[in-house]
Amino acid sequence: MLQSIKQQPFRAAVLMLVWGWLLFLVLAPNMLVVGASVMTRDPSTFISLPLNLDAYRQLFNPLYLDVFLHSLYMAAMTTLVCLLIGYPFAWALSHVGKRRQTLLIFLLIVPFWTNSLVRTYALKLILATNGLLNSALMSLGVIDEPARLLYTEGAVIIGLVYLLLPFMILPLYSVFEDLRQDVLLASHDLGAGRLATFKNVIVPLTLPGVLAGVMLVLLPAMGLFFVPDILGGSRNLLVGNVIKNQFLDARNWPFGAAASIVLTLTMALLIFAHRLSKRHLGEEGA
Amino acid sequence: MTKALLTLSGISKQFDGKTILNELSLTIGDGEFITLLGPSGCGKTTLLRMMAGFEHPDRGSVTLSGTDITQTPPERRPLNTVFQNYALFPHMSVFDNVAYGLKMEKRPKTEIRERVEEALAMVQLEDFSGRKPHQLSGGQQQRVAIARAVVKRPKMLLLDEPLSALDYKLRRTMQVELKRLQRELGITFVFVTHDQEEALSMSDRIVVLKDGYIQQLGTPREVYERPANVFTARFIGQTNFFPGRVTRVDGKRISVDVLGLNRELNTPSFRVSVNQLLHVLLRPEDIRVLAPEDTEGVPGKIIERNYKGSTLDSVIELEDGREVMASEFFDEDDPAFDYSLGERVRVSWVDGWEWLLAEESDEPLTDEEELAADVAEH
Repeated sequence: MLQSIKQQPFRAAVLMLVWGWLLFLVLAPNMLVVGASVMTRDPSTFISLPLNLDAYRQLFNPLYLDVFLHSLYMAAMTTLVCLLIGYPFAWALSHVGKRRQTLLIFLLIVPFWTNSLVRTYALKLILATNGLLNSALMSLGVIDEPARLLYTEGAVIIGLVYLLLPFMILPLYSVFEDLRQDVLLASHDLGAGRLATFKNVIVPLTLPGVLAGVMLVLLPAMGLFFVPDILGGSRNLLVGNVIKNQFLDARNWPFGAAASIVLTLTMALLIFAHRLSKRHLGEEGA
Repeated sequence: MTKALLTLSGISKQFDGKTILNELSLTIGDGEFITLLGPSGCGKTTLLRMMAGFEHPDRGSVTLSGTDITQTPPERRPLNTVFQNYALFPHMSVFDNVAYGLKMEKRPKTEIRERVEEALAMVQLEDFSGRKPHQLSGGQQQRVAIARAVVKRPKMLLLDEPLSALDYKLRRTMQVELKRLQRELGITFVFVTHDQEEALSMSDRIVVLKDGYIQQLGTPREVYERPANVFTARFIGQTNFFPGRVTRVDGKRISVDVLGLNRELNTPSFRVSVNQLLHVLLRPEDIRVLAPEDTEGVPGKIIERNYKGSTLDSVIELEDGREVMASEFFDEDDPAFDYSLGERVRVSWVDGWEWLLAEESDEPLTDEEELAADVAEH
């Protein structure tokens, strides 16, 4: 060990930095959350002993279960919409010329330069009762009176899709880029039409990208609490809102921590599924 | 040639304004092993892709057993392709890869199993049916690709540089195996390669392509021994080009001034006249290396010698600076013969072993040929 540090001091320093980072900024905070989730709520010190699983039991309270399921539903819808838009988009992106490709990816990334909170407020202006969208639809004669767009489930989903779509497109784009043209030709050559080739070759080979995209959209979609705060009103809450409220308003840290852990475990499960699908294709596949 | 299976007539194709194939016509006979040979960019792969249906010609037609298939998509052509990098489906087992084409034909399960097992046995991969492509070696993947293509019993197998990714030894083995398969299956093979040695050893006929034109079409022997033009002669095998000038034309024989020697040669098939410039082509194995005291031939000295096992290959520099390649077999009288560098020798050949080509106006001369042409004129 000492020997190798002497031989490669730079390598050792980089490794120390990485491990230090993971230990103090990833592992330690997560252990604190796990710790908090099994402690007792305390009005003055936030958390105290004794250890118990009350917080987890509270998760099964029908009220919270409803919020969790509704949140999951909105996140799932967001993911589905992102997938439906992102899949053909990524396919097209991998088929345009190199120069246009660079431009399109650039355009996809530009919105990240603006704070997402600000962009969500901008969306609010568009969706508002006398906002841009309603005015446009009315002047076109599509509708007679302003539709109620804001503070609906739809508004939350639109907001989430808007913020998360790039996270679906980019991993999909990467699998489409890796999709070898000759493998598709081989499928046609062996007698498969477009549909059969799509079903038997394209879908299975892009599945890791789909799963990666779902991971990057579904989990954040349950946590982006400011989107319902701005666009959703009081009835369309996400798990993220529940967690935020427990920590900041209700001061129930154990419960908030337990909810976070459930979210983290869901994520872990998805990562596991993703790795399985990658292994299924083999190291050099996908 | 046996009856025609596939006929290409007047095929032209352009990509981005660049002509890849130009008014090309070719008839492929049933059951033959035909090779499309040429340097990269000669149009050989495009031609193969047109047979497969991956590309469609701008002009001209493709006919298979009398049916026009010019616009038929690949999935409806009774031809199958072995791709350069195998193009196996990475997410499927070897069995499923081979079964894919039969599944698309909606064959019954038992028939699929039987035929896939038969195809895998043919390429000696019976025990690998459960593996994934990435668990196989390059040679094994190649065999799967072949099994996958022949399991459908196509009328024609199209092979796009299928051996180029394999190492030398494996390549040799696969060449023999492909020939065996072709004999056993009786399927027409269209084989694309840029490797002239591979083309010579495997094909019934070779199509030499350059810049979208067929340069020569013939048996390996014809293409090697009687190249139609300078390109083919240069591309296939090694050749010594000597400039010659016709000094006398007399029926079956002509006199040609080559390297200052006056040689009586057979009259070529093209028209010759006195003072015409010719290429006199001699393969290295046709060169005779003689002792310096010999009276025949041109003097020179050995500047390179390479022991090749069965032959001794040498390069001889003539007095005018021209280099001549010679390849001599070891014979039983003198198994230890060798040259030392700088050794004086004379270079000659047996009259009638040479091959004559007319000077081509569009063929740019190399420096040494230009120099030689100048010399010949004076």
